[in-house]
Amino acid sequence: MKSKKQYVDLTIVYVLLIMISFIYILPFIWTVSTSFKADSELLDYPPSFFPKSPSPDNYVKAVNRFPFFKYFVNSMIITLGNVIGVLISAPLVAYGFSKIKWKAQNVFFILMLSTTMIPGAVTMVPTFLIFKHLNWLDSYLPLIVPAILGGGTMNVFLIRQFFLSIPNDIIEAAKIDGANDFTIYMKIMLPLSKPVLSIVSLFTFIGSWNNYMGPLIYITSEEKFPLALGMPMFMSRYGTYWNQAMAAATLTLLPTIIFFIFVQKYLIEGIKLSGMKI
Amino acid sequence: MKKNSTIKGLLYISPWLVGFLIFTVYPIVMSLYYAFCDFNITTTPKWIGIYNFNKLFSDELFWKSLRNTLVYVAGLVPLGLFVALGVSLLLSVRKLKFVRLFRSIIYMPSIVPAFGFSAVVTLFFHPYMGFVNRIIESFGIDGPLWLSSEIWVKPTIIIAAQWGVGGAMLIFSAAIKDIPMEFYEDALIDGASRFTMFRKITLPLLTPTILYYLVTSTIGNMQIFDLPMLLTNGGPNNASLSLSMYIYKHAFTYNNMGYASAMSWILFGIIFLITILYFGFSKRFVFYIAE
Repeated sequence: MKSKKQYVDLTIVYVLLIMISFIYILPFIWTVSTSFKADSELLDYPPSFFPKSPSPDNYVKAVNRFPFFKYFVNSMIITLGNVIGVLISAPLVAYGFSKIKWKAQNVFFILMLSTTMIPGAVTMVPTFLIFKHLNWLDSYLPLIVPAILGGGTMNVFLIRQFFLSIPNDIIEAAKIDGANDFTIYMKIMLPLSKPVLSIVSLFTFIGSWNNYMGPLIYITSEEKFPLALGMPMFMSRYGTYWNQAMAAATLTLLPTIIFFIFVQKYLIEGIKLSGMKI
Repeated sequence: MKKNSTIKGLLYISPWLVGFLIFTVYPIVMSLYYAFCDFNITTTPKWIGIYNFNKLFSDELFWKSLRNTLVYVAGLVPLGLFVALGVSLLLSVRKLKFVRLFRSIIYMPSIVPAFGFSAVVTLFFHPYMGFVNRIIESFGIDGPLWLSSEIWVKPTIIIAAQWGVGGAMLIFSAAIKDIPMEFYEDALIDGASRFTMFRKITLPLLTPTILYYLVTSTIGNMQIFDLPMLLTNGGPNNASLSLSMYIYKHAFTYNNMGYASAMSWILFGIIFLITILYFGFSKRFVFYIAE
């Protein structure tokens, strides 16, 4: 039963939300529509969303100058390396900070949390020099190895909170049956953690895919460019061919958008889950 | 038994411990040392005392990049709070349909890569070709040069960044959902207006989340790098140069690694100070439900 006032309020809210949603999609629609326009249509007035004769020409031209597939594969390699590294490492560390009780546990845990306060700029130069001495420059190693060494503080934190919420009875029962810590980890903790591990994977995936500064610092050969470096390079050279630039932009954004459509449910649920743990 | 579990504990956290020592402790110590040295990538560090710090004190571009960064933070944090909180409040209205659709649409741009989104923004706000100015001009007003204007470039970046508030919006949504309905029901029985309910129930109970947002958003935005770098590479006459960008340029373009290290410690100091200020003020305005 809605009162008249509630109808009015609800209408206002709907109008606002529709306006906001429209604004949020608008630039992307403009980008896609421009990517199908012929050169002559670019300066048309009034600006229209629908190209008069949509042609995939711009995509053909863009792909000739923008080796999208190569960059895509490179991004994939780096990102998958990261996700696998995190999935192997972070739960192990989280286990060490949760179910195994040891004396200095809390000290080290707080130590780990405090590392998030350090701006990247502080460790940037020495870390670069370490990789330089290791001869790892212009390779994907500097971008993947840190993921294996600890799997990221926030990830460990999330998984650890989840581990703590697993009832101890199951673990006690397993111990009585003679299971050692590692067996408990593999056969109980991990299988039960699928929800939190999915969320960690999703966020690691997105973070690594979108990482710009890392590749900017460490990757110098064009062959190895991920999309993060390939797209800006294209824009700096051919950015003024707007329709082709927007074709390149659409290609660049497409993987993320497709990814989002498939995982949005888990993603949004996941943030709510982790938001509540804060 | 106890000694056993310490070894076990250390073993399990060893991946992190190794990473921590190599990529956190060692770099922090070395970075502090480098800040007092002069060297580039080919030479060895030479101790020069506080020379770097003196130099940056009189470095106009350092101060400009610092000012720019503070402008970014002053714009991004409050505006982001307003938009994220506003949208999540709208989405929390009862009996609202299509919530998941709205939420997805608004969240999606926040996970899109900056190197793709920056191309979108560059066209969207283009002085002549861009959608925004074409609409503005249809009203007979001359649109600003947005990213090409020294005055408008930072506000443009601040506006563009609002497409990314999706994450914060979700966190506020979760916090709003956590507020027990009984509070509102009791207030309604007492005849409270919606505005009063917002002021006396919603807002106070959201203050911990707001504090979390303020701290993380400030720390993050003090280090802003991607968007200005991709959009303008420092902007017309360094108007959009952030401190992180300036540090990056000295480290990797000019190879003044000592100077860059010194600046990075100034950045750290400022972030640290602001964080302490936040927590100091938080005693006044944050309201925790006593369980």
